[in-house]
Amino acid sequence: MTMHDTRMPDATVTIEDLAPDARFSLRVGADGRAAASETLGLDLPVRVGDVARGAEERTALCLGPDEWLITAPAEAGGAIARAFADLYDRTPHSLVDVSDREVTVRVTGPEALTLMTIGCPRDLARLAPGRAVRTVFDGATVILWRDAEDTFRMDVWRSFAPFVRDLLEIGRAEIAAGL
Amino acid sequence: MLLIHCPYCDETLPEAEFAYAGEAHVDRPADPMALSDDEWAAFLFIRSNPKGVHAERWRHVHGCARFFNAERDTVTDAFVSTYRAGEPRPGTKCSAGAPAGDDMKVAAE
Ligand SMILES: [Zn+2]
Repeated sequence: MTMHDTRMPDATVTIEDLAPDARFSLRVGADGRAAASETLGLDLPVRVGDVARGAEERTALCLGPDEWLITAPAEAGGAIARAFADLYDRTPHSLVDVSDREVTVRVTGPEALTLMTIGCPRDLARLAPGRAVRTVFDGATVILWRDAEDTFRMDVWRSFAPFVRDLLEIGRAEIAAGL
Repeated sequence: MLLIHCPYCDETLPEAEFAYAGEAHVDRPADPMALSDDEWAAFLFIRSNPKGVHAERWRHVHGCARFFNAERDTVTDAFVSTYRAGEPRPGTKCSAGAPAGDDMKVAAE
């Protein structure tokens, strides 16, 4: 009883829905990577899980050997799509707008890491701040960003989002209750 | 849970991110029409099913999404090695009872 009194129930971890971003799935082979990097205005990282950040809040996350997730503020999506449309002539690639495919949830607070472990089988203590990975959260494929030591952001496919959101809420309540 | 080393991500990760995809190095016949029904059926359905080290395909489906190959001991479930699709099966490391290679150490971390 007193244990509960010493905690501020909602201060240990906070779950928020974030505003939409522009998101693109980029596929390009090794010989087209330089041209794609130039078009995007940042160097596409080559190590899976690395994130590159460029001007105008553009980011590129390496998801696989020839696959990247590009994000930018929602209103900046059109410019990226147009720039890559001009590249098709010269460099074979695929840029697909997946902005509406996922929604983003942010988990922050001292217990954020604990909360993520209820659904993610990875050893998230080894995911360095600034990196991100595609992984699984209780059966749903997610892209998990570790923005800071105690801040995670998770892109969840829209149809899985209510399930993931509810699961996070249950975990948050259990942590707040000291379980 | 098994820990599997993805040769593309170069990380050792939980089995829950991976999907099994059958025996590796099963070559599709170049000219299927030249095969008898029995030969075609053997290609489609007959697998080696060894007791011991087995070369098999896995996919890092909740990750880099790549298919790769692995050698796994079907008795102990221990992964002996993992390697990229298209690479030959490691020659010396694949015999049963061989000393653990580097990949084995990573997989056992
Ligand atoms: Zn992988």
